[in-house]
Amino acid sequence: MKAEIEVLQPGLFSTIQDKGRFGYMKYGVPMSGPMDSNSYHLANLILNNKPGIAVMEITQMGPVLKFLHSGYLVITGADLKPRINKNLIRNYIPYFFKVGDELSFGGRQNGCRCYLAVSGGFNTREIFGSQSWYEGITDHFHLGKGMRLEFNGSTSIPSGNASVKYETLQFKKEEIQVFPGPEYDKLPDILKTEILSHKFKIDKQNNRMAVQLEELVSNSLKPIITGPVIPGTVQLTPSGKLIILMRDCQTTGGYPRILQVSENGINRLAQKVQGDNISFQLSPVQ
Amino acid sequence: MGERSILIEFEPQISEICLEKVLFYKNQLENFYLKETVEVINTYNSLLIIYASNIENVYDELLGVKEVLSGTNIVKKLKSKLHHIPVCYDPEFGLDLPYISEQKKLTQKQIIGLHSVPVYTVYFTGFLPGFLYLGGLDEKLQISRRESPRMLVSKGAVGIGEKQTGIYPKSSPGGWQIIGNSPVNFFDKNQDPPCEILAGDKVKFYAVTRSEYDVIFNEVKSGKFHLRSEKYEG
Repeated sequence: MKAEIEVLQPGLFSTIQDKGRFGYMKYGVPMSGPMDSNSYHLANLILNNKPGIAVMEITQMGPVLKFLHSGYLVITGADLKPRINKNLIRNYIPYFFKVGDELSFGGRQNGCRCYLAVSGGFNTREIFGSQSWYEGITDHFHLGKGMRLEFNGSTSIPSGNASVKYETLQFKKEEIQVFPGPEYDKLPDILKTEILSHKFKIDKQNNRMAVQLEELVSNSLKPIITGPVIPGTVQLTPSGKLIILMRDCQTTGGYPRILQVSENGINRLAQKVQGDNISFQLSPVQ
Repeated sequence: MGERSILIEFEPQISEICLEKVLFYKNQLENFYLKETVEVINTYNSLLIIYASNIENVYDELLGVKEVLSGTNIVKKLKSKLHHIPVCYDPEFGLDLPYISEQKKLTQKQIIGLHSVPVYTVYFTGFLPGFLYLGGLDEKLQISRRESPRMLVSKGAVGIGEKQTGIYPKSSPGGWQIIGNSPVNFFDKNQDPPCEILAGDKVKFYAVTRSEYDVIFNEVKSGKFHLRSEKYEG
C-alpha cells in the first residue's frame, strides 16, 4: 500500500515546500521554499529527516488530514492548536500516527505559519529541482479537498529525545533586521529616519509573494530601471507604500529597493498576520 | 544585497552596448563559479550573483568577483540567436489596435507593419516565468499603459507599454496595450531549461492569419511546432 494522506478539509492555504528552487531565476521562476525557513529546518531536524526534504506549510487555519499509513509527524512554527483525533498535541515534539488517525487544527494561538513534517517527507512531483508548490510550475499550488498526498512512510523512530524546546515568544518580537538596499542612499535623511523610527502595521495584502505595510510614507524617489529583486527586498512605490518581497516574489522589479531584510527577518515576518506591528532595525552592510 | 547575493550595477541605461557588457561579465562569472553554488542573473544594467547558501566571507567573495571583472577589459560579443515568432494581429486578439490607431493616427495595417519589422533585443526574462523584456520598439508605436489594467490578459497576448513590447507567457493581470496574440509557448515547465529564448538573443515577429494561428496553435499543443531560429551575427 502506498503511504498516503487524504485531505478531508483544505483549510485556508497550505502548500508543500522543500528547500526551494535554485538556478531558474534567469527564466523568471521564483525561488519559493518555506516562508519561515527556521521552523522548516527544525521540523526535519526533529524527525531526523534529510535536510531539504518536503514538508507542508500551513497558514493560519489548518486543514483536516487523514493518514492512510502510519508514521511519525512533528509540527513546528506557529501554534494553531493541532490535534490528533481528539487529543491536543504540542509543537516541536514528534508523535506517532496510526492508519486512520486524523490531524486537525483549532484556533491560532500565535504566529502565522506552521510546518508539518512526516517521517521520510512528502513525495510530490519535483519540477526544476524542487517540490515547492507554485502556480504555473507545479501541478497544484494549494491544498484542495479530496487530494491525496504521498509520503515516504518510514516508520523508523526519530532519533533519541529529538524534541526541541522552542521559544514561541519570538513570534511576538517586532524588530525586523534590515540592511541598506541598493537605493537606500537615494532616500532623503528625513525619510530614512521616518522609516527606521516608526512602527508599521502588516496590511491585509500579505501572502507568499509579498507583505505590504499599511502606513504610507512620503516618497520622492523616481522609479528605477527594472533591476533584480530577491526575497526580503523592500520596495517603495510611488504612492509611498512599502512592499516587502517574500519567498514567491518575482525576479525583477522597477520600484526603488530601499532595504533588504535579513534571512532571520524574513522568517520573523513569515509569522506575522494582518494588524501585527513591525519596526525595521538597520544593520550596517556586513 | 542581503546575506546570499552580490549586486553589481553598471551605468543606469537601457542600451545594447550596456547589455553586451553585462552579458559578457555574466559569462565570465558563470565560468568562474560552479553552477551548483551560484546563479547569475542580469537585467538592463545589473548582475546579481545569488548563492545557494549564505555567503560566509563576503570580503573574500568580493575580492574574487573583482578579480574576475577586472581580468578582461575587452568586451567580446557573445553568440546569439534570432528567433522568428508568429503573431496573429486579428481584431479578435488585437483588443487595443483601434485605440492605438486613433491615438497615433496610424492605420491598423501600419501598426502591424511597424511592429513586425524591427529585430528586437531580449534583455532578460523577469516579471513572470518566461516573460521577455524586449527592446527596440519603433518610436511611433510607443504608448502609455492602460489607465486601468485588465484583470485578465490571455496567454500569448502581445502588448506594448511605453518603450517596451512583449508577450504574456501565461494568463495574468496586465496593463499593456494588447495588439495581438502568439500561439507559441514561451515557458514550458515540462522542458528543462523551460525557455528557448535567452538574454542577448534577438526576436522578430511575423504576422499570421487567424487560420494559420489555429494551425500553429494545434502544432504547439501536439509538440510538432518548432521555433524558426538561426544564428545571429549583428
